[in-house]
Amino acid sequence: MADKNWPLYEVFIRSKSGLSHRHAGSVHAADDEMALDHARDVYTRRNEGISIWVVRSSEIVASDPAESSALFEPATDKIYRHPTFYEIPDGVENL
Amino acid sequence: MSKKDILIAYLLRLGDNALVLGQRLTEIVAAGPELEEELANANLALDYLGQARMFYSYAGELEGKDRGEDYFAFLREEGEFRNLLLVEQPNGHFGDTIIRQVLFDIFYLLQLDALQSCSDERLAEIAAKAIKEIRYHLRHGRQWMIRLGDGTDQSHQRVSDSVQHLWMYTGEMFATDALDDAMRKEWDGPDLALLKERWQAEVAQMLDEATISLPDGDWAADGGKQGRHTEHFGYLIAEMQHLQRVHPGLSW
Repeated sequence: MADKNWPLYEVFIRSKSGLSHRHAGSVHAADDEMALDHARDVYTRRNEGISIWVVRSSEIVASDPAESSALFEPATDKIYRHPTFYEIPDGVENL
Repeated sequence: MSKKDILIAYLLRLGDNALVLGQRLTEIVAAGPELEEELANANLALDYLGQARMFYSYAGELEGKDRGEDYFAFLREEGEFRNLLLVEQPNGHFGDTIIRQVLFDIFYLLQLDALQSCSDERLAEIAAKAIKEIRYHLRHGRQWMIRLGDGTDQSHQRVSDSVQHLWMYTGEMFATDALDDAMRKEWDGPDLALLKERWQAEVAQMLDEATISLPDGDWAADGGKQGRHTEHFGYLIAEMQHLQRVHPGLSW
């Protein structure tokens, strides 16, 4: 049965005020054109968007949750990477 | 017929086409082949319903007899509806529905396009609003027609049969009667002979894309525009009007 399902697509919508497309959800569709239509019908019914991207979910390369400690934890204690770490010297108006 | 009466009668024809088609699509709400297609169908049905409301409420205002959209939709008899026979045809299987929609929407798009430049400002505005919705309907229907026509042997055979079966209801769209003539003369309405040429060219191209052969029969059923309907129509309005007939004056 599983192989009779239409492929899954991830849907990204750019809203009127938004600068970039944001992940809105996913739809099933038999082909790319249908995926666009389904995304339009499911995710822009209430005036949410002015542009749609769809991409086959299987085409997305995702990080492995098991590796998250190696990937992300080293960044948690690098406070000097945030601008708030630095004090602005007296006399500097713009930094 | 006064100039105003011509416009009212024509608005009711437009409203009837939209309402009846909206009602047909509403019948298959919750029966879509996939969740996404289900939502698409409900969107299409609501578009037609919204268009019917615009045509009816304008007709009611012009008439000035205190008869609104509910009256036109729920309290007229079968013979008073002036929709095309094509739009009242049953949904059949998914392919039948798609073919009915495409054959009508190509015509409707051309009709609305012509009405955008008619001499009644409000009708022109309604047409300009509706045409955007119908463009999408056609995009949706056309893709399905190609997928099914150029799909498997079975899907090809079944939509080819749908086209053959529905073809005899397409001629009525272009059968110019006194009201079409009057609308054209008094309000700068559509020229159906011109629409027919364009429709034939578009349909031929779309069928070709979908690898479906163009039917060659030119016998056409008619009567819908004059209030003579096919046997399916009585059942459609019986269901549509049931609540209002049982509880007169009921409102939301």
